[in-house]
Amino acid sequence: MTAPWDALREMLSHPFMAHAFLAGTFVALAAGLVGYFLVQRGQVFTGDALSHVAFTGALAGLAFGVSATAGLLVATLLVALALGVLGRRGRPDDVVIGGVFAWVLGLGVLFLSLYTTRRSGANGTAGVNVLFGSVLGLDAGAALVTAVVGLAVGATMLALARPLLFATMDEAVAAARGVPVRVLGFAFLGLVGLTAAEATRVVGALLILGLLATPAGAAVRLSARPLRALGISAGIAVGSVWVGLTASYAVPHLPPSFSVLAVATAVYALASAVSALRDRGRPFRPSVSDASATLADLHLGGSDVPDRSPRPADPSRSR
Amino acid sequence: MDDVTFTWNLLADIQQMWALPFMVNAFRAGTMVAVLAAAIGWFMATRGQAFAGHTLALVGFPGAAGAVLLGLPVTAGYFAFCAAAALVIGTVGPGRGRAEESALIGTVQAFALACGFLFIALYHGFLSGTSALLFGSFLGITTEQVRVLAGIAVAVLAVLALLGRRLLFASVDPGVARARGVPVRLMDVAFLLLLAAAVASSALITGALLVFALLVLPAATAQQITARPAIGLALAAVLALVTVWVALTVSFFTPYPLGFWLTSLAFGLYVLAAGSRALAQRLPRRPGRSAGSSPRVRPSSPATGGSIAPGAGS
Repeated sequence: MTAPWDALREMLSHPFMAHAFLAGTFVALAAGLVGYFLVQRGQVFTGDALSHVAFTGALAGLAFGVSATAGLLVATLLVALALGVLGRRGRPDDVVIGGVFAWVLGLGVLFLSLYTTRRSGANGTAGVNVLFGSVLGLDAGAALVTAVVGLAVGATMLALARPLLFATMDEAVAAARGVPVRVLGFAFLGLVGLTAAEATRVVGALLILGLLATPAGAAVRLSARPLRALGISAGIAVGSVWVGLTASYAVPHLPPSFSVLAVATAVYALASAVSALRDRGRPFRPSVSDASATLADLHLGGSDVPDRSPRPADPSRSR
Repeated sequence: MDDVTFTWNLLADIQQMWALPFMVNAFRAGTMVAVLAAAIGWFMATRGQAFAGHTLALVGFPGAAGAVLLGLPVTAGYFAFCAAAALVIGTVGPGRGRAEESALIGTVQAFALACGFLFIALYHGFLSGTSALLFGSFLGITTEQVRVLAGIAVAVLAVLALLGRRLLFASVDPGVARARGVPVRLMDVAFLLLLAAAVASSALITGALLVFALLVLPAATAQQITARPAIGLALAAVLALVTVWVALTVSFFTPYPLGFWLTSLAFGLYVLAAGSRALAQRLPRRPGRSAGSSPRVRPSSPATGGSIAPGAGS
């Protein structure tokens, strides 16, 4: 029984694998938590836009001789907050988001050509690395920074989870009960930007959605209770990174970004099948009990509350 | 291309450019792609399916990479993958609410791109090919591909013309359309397939990553200017044509990539249209003064509903 354990230890004795696991675990944790809200708030397209902005930011950083990481962070944070400003009257229109990021991507192409033609010592694979990730190339410092930022994003996300959940489920009621809905929306977009930049290091700019949308989509299908689904989402994301990295280590031709996303997609397909089978027993989804589960989670935090009828305004309990 | 220089004698410039067969092909393909993408993009923007459109566009990349890996024609790869993704999104997605549908679309997109990365990793010597697949190249378009493109463009536009009225009805008000006998679910899948065909052919020239600019920007610009479907569609096509022609010309005479000029021009036109509309709304409108601007139709006007509802159900 010790053989798998020894194999695991052998794998982690390679510094590049240890770094990849360190960075990947915490990025996945952050992405799983952020992604759940992204899906519930209907803002997956924003994540999609940020993935393209991440590409442009990283290449701008390279083209102007600053580091790719700096360009990445600045670009995703700025655009995430700009989308928040655009969305002042509700949420930004998909067409507006699409138009903006289509152009940003064009700028990225310009930076790519500037970088590969002007800089003689340029790394020819830089473009591909930014697009599809290079998690096995992280050094100790970069891996540590990535892990710390991922942990910070995850912790902030957990701290904000309840009010943000409230604002997501019913914005008007949340605002009426004193939840700072707009500030929360802004803070959330900032966290999405930070996560997009981080995830670019691990799976690449083009594949960010695989960590943001896929585990969250699976979790939403598996559980209607927000706090439990939040945990499932983070769990699937972290598990996908672990299994994916291990698979890439075992099969050298498999790029790690691919195997991580393949695992996540397989879990998503499985979750969809399970929920479809489960729904077949019931003629329709009982949306009322979904709502009461949501409220139970919001007010009491417990997921094992016996069936409560939704009591939206109960002044004795709210303070 | 070191010996070409831009002069202000535009006729001579065009002659110089069109003396090269690949530029002629690029212009032919670009013209067809512009009309196709603008028309489909206008419906996409009206239906609020920008995310699905973007995903289908990106799915072309693994299709092309897979075709290269297997030694098949790139065009076939684009079409097979885009159509398959359209079917998945169109049949699995609906019925579970917007949040879960967008999660599905995001999953399809990320997994398809990951497959593309796997294909290029398995295919050795990938670097130059990859960026052509992703960002397009107007250098390598063959006469054969132009013919295929022409056939597809005619077919897609014909189907669109046939379905157009009912599709628009189903897009603007699905509930009423269903009540009047329009098969809304079927329309959804049919439109996604048309979208897939359009992006697959556009990807040949713009690359998988930049198709979306041609889809969304001319349509968005046209919708800033008019809400009338027929005029809007025509305007989007004209804007896309101008964008593609100017971008091809400029990128021929400068060392910067086509994708950059294409997106910047299209975005510039959009900003111009959105800016002037915002300005026009800001100005006080007095009945006597604004004779020049009054015929313009704002999106909130009833023109859309009035012009499609009659006869749409029959």
